[in-house]
Amino acid sequence: MSLIDVSGLTIGIRGPDDNILPVVDAVDISVGEGESLGIAGESGSGKSTLLLAMMGLVKTGLHHLKGQSRFDGLPMLGRNDEDLNGIRGGRLALIPQNAGTALTPSMRIGRQIEESLRLHGNLTAEVRNRRIVDLLARVQLPDPVELAQRYPHQLSGGQLQRVAIAMALAGEPKALLLDEPTTGLDVTTQLGILDLLADLRRSEGVALICVSHDLGVIAHLCHRLAVMYAGSIVESGATAEILAAPRHPYARALIASIPRIANGLLPQSIPGRPAAAADRAGGCNFAPRCVAAREACRASAPALQPVAEGHQVACFFPTAGPLSLDGTNAAGPEATGTPVLRLVDVSVSYQRPGFFGRFSGPPRQTVSKVSLSVARGEVLGLVGESGSGKSTVLRAIAGLWPISGGEIVKPGSTGPGHSPESRRAVQLIFQNPDASLNPRHTIEEIIAQPLRLYFDMKPVEIRDTALRLLADVNLDPRYLARYPGQLSGGERQRVAIARAFAAKPEVLLCDEITSALDVSVQASVLRLIRDLGIARGVATLLVSHDLAAVRALSHRIAVLYRGELVEVGPAADVCAAPMHPYTKALLAAVLEPEAGGLHRIRLAPDRGDIQNPACAFAPRCPDCREICVVTRPEWQGAEHQARCHLADGQRPRSRLSV
Amino acid sequence: MFRLIVGRAASSVVTLVLISLVVFIGLELMPGDACTAYLGRDGKGAVLDSCRERMGLNRPASERFLEWGGKTLSGDLGTSMQRDRPITEIVGWRLRNTLVLSAVAALAGIPLAILLGVMAGLRRDGPLDLFISSTAIVAMTIPEFISATLLILIFAVSLGWTAGVVTIGYKAPILDLVAVSVLPAATLTLILAAHIMRMVRSSVIDVLESDYVLMARLKGVPWRQIVWRHVLPNSLLPAISVIGLTIAWLLGGVVIVESVFNYPGLGRLAVDAVGDRDLPLVQAIALLFGIIYVITNLAADLIALLLNPRLRTYRT
Repeated sequence: MSLIDVSGLTIGIRGPDDNILPVVDAVDISVGEGESLGIAGESGSGKSTLLLAMMGLVKTGLHHLKGQSRFDGLPMLGRNDEDLNGIRGGRLALIPQNAGTALTPSMRIGRQIEESLRLHGNLTAEVRNRRIVDLLARVQLPDPVELAQRYPHQLSGGQLQRVAIAMALAGEPKALLLDEPTTGLDVTTQLGILDLLADLRRSEGVALICVSHDLGVIAHLCHRLAVMYAGSIVESGATAEILAAPRHPYARALIASIPRIANGLLPQSIPGRPAAAADRAGGCNFAPRCVAAREACRASAPALQPVAEGHQVACFFPTAGPLSLDGTNAAGPEATGTPVLRLVDVSVSYQRPGFFGRFSGPPRQTVSKVSLSVARGEVLGLVGESGSGKSTVLRAIAGLWPISGGEIVKPGSTGPGHSPESRRAVQLIFQNPDASLNPRHTIEEIIAQPLRLYFDMKPVEIRDTALRLLADVNLDPRYLARYPGQLSGGERQRVAIARAFAAKPEVLLCDEITSALDVSVQASVLRLIRDLGIARGVATLLVSHDLAAVRALSHRIAVLYRGELVEVGPAADVCAAPMHPYTKALLAAVLEPEAGGLHRIRLAPDRGDIQNPACAFAPRCPDCREICVVTRPEWQGAEHQARCHLADGQRPRSRLSV
Repeated sequence: MFRLIVGRAASSVVTLVLISLVVFIGLELMPGDACTAYLGRDGKGAVLDSCRERMGLNRPASERFLEWGGKTLSGDLGTSMQRDRPITEIVGWRLRNTLVLSAVAALAGIPLAILLGVMAGLRRDGPLDLFISSTAIVAMTIPEFISATLLILIFAVSLGWTAGVVTIGYKAPILDLVAVSVLPAATLTLILAAHIMRMVRSSVIDVLESDYVLMARLKGVPWRQIVWRHVLPNSLLPAISVIGLTIAWLLGGVVIVESVFNYPGLGRLAVDAVGDRDLPLVQAIALLFGIIYVITNLAADLIALLLNPRLRTYRT
């Protein structure tokens, strides 16, 4: 018998005319002991609502309409919290998307785990305290005794995610529900957490259901995959089978839209936007965006039909055959123009804010002696883990953060300060367009602002230019009168790009511009940067934790580790034959749909026995030698160079197969 | 942590110095001086000169400010012109009386406000919440002198439960003061409790919608425990600084309420001193109000700091 059994589950919101619009539409799922299922889909596909429903929870504003979700034969929906308290957090546990906000800030880590132990077991206080330490050690957290005494804000994102797992394990669950378990974590951290979860399934037969937009994570963790679109499952089957040869046009488009490091191409995005619950009118929900849609698709909705053993597709005209991963090489020929932006030994320090911060000891250096240059029409990708200082570098270039040493040479400024001219010439696009666009301004006002500010334009000219910019980012002229709140995430980011290009920049700084977007639209946003930027000879600095995206768009890649550059070189070379062990580890930690289960390099945390090493990476380096601790490495290599003692041909350059 | 406390205390001291400067300059800028104000029509010729001589008004302002500041630090607030006695002596008793009144209002109002705020927040948009919230808005909107008059009308005049006006002397024992301060304290409590209640309510609602309360439900924590362990500690923290501000606000309200009820406190003394044009006394009372305001806020900040693990363990 299956452990989790969802049958015909329909959950809806009340629409404007008091009609109920389904958010989750007649979903069937069944997962047995030791099995693993991944649920993939864009934001708004209803996957998180589905996951909460499996816990017996329907959020305020949503209505449970039909069907049921059973755990171990027990119905979960339509019962009150008291009936479910014995199951929730015990035999059935959920690991939240963002452990940073899901742990109670006023309670110590240990007490939060103790709460689960007390609710789901009959242990004495003494045994409970031992169990807390055991659990924290089990999720590989360092110094569990001390850690149990800390508060959530004193831990890093990866550590918090492990605490959330430990808390779920406290109830000795038979099934774990994972809501985007590694979103927002660094690739190197993500890998450790996925290993832990996979191990739980293997060793204890815990069933896993993982909701994620990241097909690489699902490929790594789950044997079966269900692709959700607009509240329904459109394709389900063995993960490897679907990823290699998806049959539903949406699944094909979604899987093809993920950039791959190996080929370095920028894939096609899915046109249009996901159907909101209110826009769904009969027929196949994907028909409006489907290139192969015919009359029949608009007339009635297809049901899930078996196409092979254990493989179902909800499409009248499923496509057979393997997925071809085509795309365009984004970067194009190497740029050899003159450098527009030059950083010479730039350092940035962080001082505690406020008047008294001045007396709190010497400032901490977050970026030290970074030297870079970006030529006209060139894209330089800047990668590194969180805390590596990549965003700080961008802010320093934009003049938002003072530098404590070195020199930044950028257009429009000769000295250390910045002029109005340099503000125009250097434009920054932020990660989250929800926050970077003023919600009270229309799109026209947003785009017109730089035009008014930097160019002496008449109102008619401003309008014409705004319309042209909107066309450049593939948005309809009607959008001029709309507000950011009426746009989808991808469309908002296009507006942010239009605003940046309105200033006719010579340098463009992109700070994680695709990480808040669905994978299906990421490529189209990156393509805009290429089409508009490279064509106009803009020097672009692209900061991202998504190595495949950086690879697809950049001419060169620079790798930052704890504020220092460790490797710089042509994008293809850096990805195919990394020289620095840190770059190797970063690349090896990237999860791609095709590469599930490969051997990967796991980066250990800092070794405690190395103090003040000459090479900052030495304490985590798998190849650390004595010289690394004593002598600071110099740059090795010419066009493709790395700062590592081991990179100068002493060992054969290992070519990684990713 | 220690550094934070020292930092906050140091900035309070700076604030106090600034307050004393503003009070001093404010009085200095008024036309005439303490002697012309006090003497009125008689303020001319030899009388005025001797008064100025006695008050030391012929010296430069900066010198007088430093002297005033120095004396204040050593506990000497100067001499009242009208009453011709040391201000410390006049102010001391009244300060005590005002603190008694404020304490009664705060001790009754704050727990009541927290209780009502939590109840309203937990039953958001229910009938109880609507009743509590709308009553709070009414209580906030009515000015003190009107609510004071209404309370006197109901409880003193119609029901005759208590005296409408305080007739007790300013040196009365504390327990007697507590007994007569019921109506004045009730007036203050109305507004005080309304402000704090609304703050607590919205803070409880925010916390109820947080991810960690959802997570606690998904952990199988019973509702009662969610409220006590997860909701209350996190929703009362932001209320502390509002409570501090509201208590400091009490002092402004005290001036009107004490006058209406004839309560022998600092507020009524301030009104009297202004009426008498007794500028040294006005100056001393203004400074006292400033000190109390700053100390209350400092205390609220420090308590919030002690209770909030985020601040307490900040970079230690």
